[in-house]
Amino acid sequence: MLRLSKVNKYYQVGTHALHVLRDVDFEVADGEFVAIMGASGSGKSTLLNILGILDDYDSGEYWLGDTIIRNLSESKGAAYRNKFIGFVFQSFNLLPFKTALENVALPLYYQGVSRRKRNQIAGQYLERVGLRDWADHLPSEMSGGQKQRVAIARALIGKPRLILADEPTGALDSETSRQIMDLLSEINRSGITVLVVTHDPEVAARTQRTIRLRDGKVVSAEDEAARVSHPNLAVAT
Amino acid sequence: MLVVVTLVKLLLLGFGLAVAVAVLWLGWSLLRIVWVSVLQWRDLFSLDRWTEVLVTIGRSKLRTALTMISVSWGIFVLVALLGLGNGLDNGMKQNFAKDATNGVWMSANKTSVPFGGYDVGRRLMFENADYQRAKKVEGIEHISGQHFIRGQRWGSSLVTKRGAKANSFSLDAVHPEAFYLGGQTIVSGRFITAADVQQRRKAAVLGQTAANFLFEGGQPIGEWIEIGSVPFQVVGVFTDPGGAEEERRIYLPISTAQLAFNGGEKVGMLQFTVGEASPSETEAIIEKIRQQLADRYNFDPNDRQAIRVQNNIEQFERFRQLFWMISAFIVVIGLGTLAAGVVGVSNIMMIAVKERTKEIGVRKALGATPNSIVFMIIQEAVFLTGVAGLLGLAAGVGVSELIGRLELTDFIANPSIDIKVGVGATIFLVIAGALAGYFPARAAAKVNPIHALRDQ
Repeated sequence: MLRLSKVNKYYQVGTHALHVLRDVDFEVADGEFVAIMGASGSGKSTLLNILGILDDYDSGEYWLGDTIIRNLSESKGAAYRNKFIGFVFQSFNLLPFKTALENVALPLYYQGVSRRKRNQIAGQYLERVGLRDWADHLPSEMSGGQKQRVAIARALIGKPRLILADEPTGALDSETSRQIMDLLSEINRSGITVLVVTHDPEVAARTQRTIRLRDGKVVSAEDEAARVSHPNLAVAT
Repeated sequence: MLVVVTLVKLLLLGFGLAVAVAVLWLGWSLLRIVWVSVLQWRDLFSLDRWTEVLVTIGRSKLRTALTMISVSWGIFVLVALLGLGNGLDNGMKQNFAKDATNGVWMSANKTSVPFGGYDVGRRLMFENADYQRAKKVEGIEHISGQHFIRGQRWGSSLVTKRGAKANSFSLDAVHPEAFYLGGQTIVSGRFITAADVQQRRKAAVLGQTAANFLFEGGQPIGEWIEIGSVPFQVVGVFTDPGGAEEERRIYLPISTAQLAFNGGEKVGMLQFTVGEASPSETEAIIEKIRQQLADRYNFDPNDRQAIRVQNNIEQFERFRQLFWMISAFIVVIGLGTLAAGVVGVSNIMMIAVKERTKEIGVRKALGATPNSIVFMIIQEAVFLTGVAGLLGLAAGVGVSELIGRLELTDFIANPSIDIKVGVGATIFLVIAGALAGYFPARAAAKVNPIHALRDQ
């Protein structure tokens, strides 16, 4: 599905170049459900942006399917995002002036699907996340869990091969979080690769595999366990 | 002093450079806009997209309304002023239309400088021979003499009678060529002809006012009237754009008048048109005739009092320059107001784009290309300026029409905007709107989805 080899990313902060990702190497197979964990500042958001073609990297290779993603023009990047990737954000990022149905239909608008058709399809996806009756409501009239489900429907509507979720439960209570993770698992079972960025071990536990990031490096589970067992070495987060 | 001059020169140079850079920059932006429009042409005809634009614009109604008012006001001022300028122009043309705009009138007057042994204050009078001589001067198109009956310019001491109806009208004893100088239109019959002059026929051409007075609506052609007890036959009736006063005149053949009223060979005034001659060429013609007359009557050719000259070319030209300057001034003010409005739109859109950073980020994450974002903002700006501008245009045209209907003054006539100005203004608005939208749109296209989507 996707493969990163020796990906490096620097941010220019003042006169210093901040090395955010250091030789990141990993692979995700088709249909996997993977969590990316790490403390804040570990580079996981940067990694997610690179995976989502929202940001470029400085060296290494990122293969999405059999396409190398590197130095894409903005419109090419937009086309790939539209076609391959669905986003789910912590703060939902629904357009506040559009109804649930219109929000879900938006990616299809950018694919040039006619209004009638895309509203019909959007209706089906709302049904799938259990919000058919909320189609004509504005985001401001919905609860956090409902908003996130709308966002998930929106991420799904472009028939992506990959869902990238950035702290999808970060703004939700534990019961709602559980429901959202149920939904993501169900989506994963339908054959879509799902990548969840989180710092919540409970969320990570719901996935099949966890990739841990520390200081911009991928670390093995054993290393991490060793680090946690010596609290005096732990970095305050 | 030199320093000041150099400074001013430098300032001017800097200003010129700045203007040149601005023009190039705007031109380049326009090219980019055209390019984006070509790429995104589908969005132009997309109902979806226009719905999107309308919804966005409708989201901040007060701001939209205020922005639109500034553009409307700009175009309203521009159009109303242009209409007024047109009206002034038409008014001037109408005022000049009562006489030929390329006409010159030279009448005999009194000398004011002693010359060739003669004292000052001598009354001059021309003769038929002077008319014949002047006729040969190059550059003259049509020339006529005018005989002042009984020495009076308007011959007003003579009574014109028909039966019991009597009145005094201006009597213009002229050659047939006077037709081209008076600006009148024959409504029935004919004007004075060469044969009238040759055969000293007792023919009269009446102005409409005179004809109405004498005939009270009856058919005057062929009828006889009396002028100073001499019978004349009416051969024509004319109207004059100068109005009722100008239609109180009666044209007579110059030779008949000279004979009938004891005028001998006397000619009081030479009047002629000069075709397409420029003001300086006209001046040369006038000088040539003045010289001929000075040689003949022994007066100083530099004596401005000896011959009274009315030169319509010069006046017309002067008026035209004045009105051109007024129009230019009007256009500059109008465009300035409009530019302020357009810059306002650009500013407001810039703020709107800042506010919508998150929305634009989401759109980009969902697959919107930068071009589609750019074009969306441009469409919003064009829509705003277009609608606001057309409202202002309608109001401006309406006010112009209203001023025309009210007929407030003679100086303004038909202050309407022609269709070309309307179409031009609309095209201008679309371009202005596109430019107003382009800069905010570029800012929008640069929105980084990562930053936009990051939680505050």
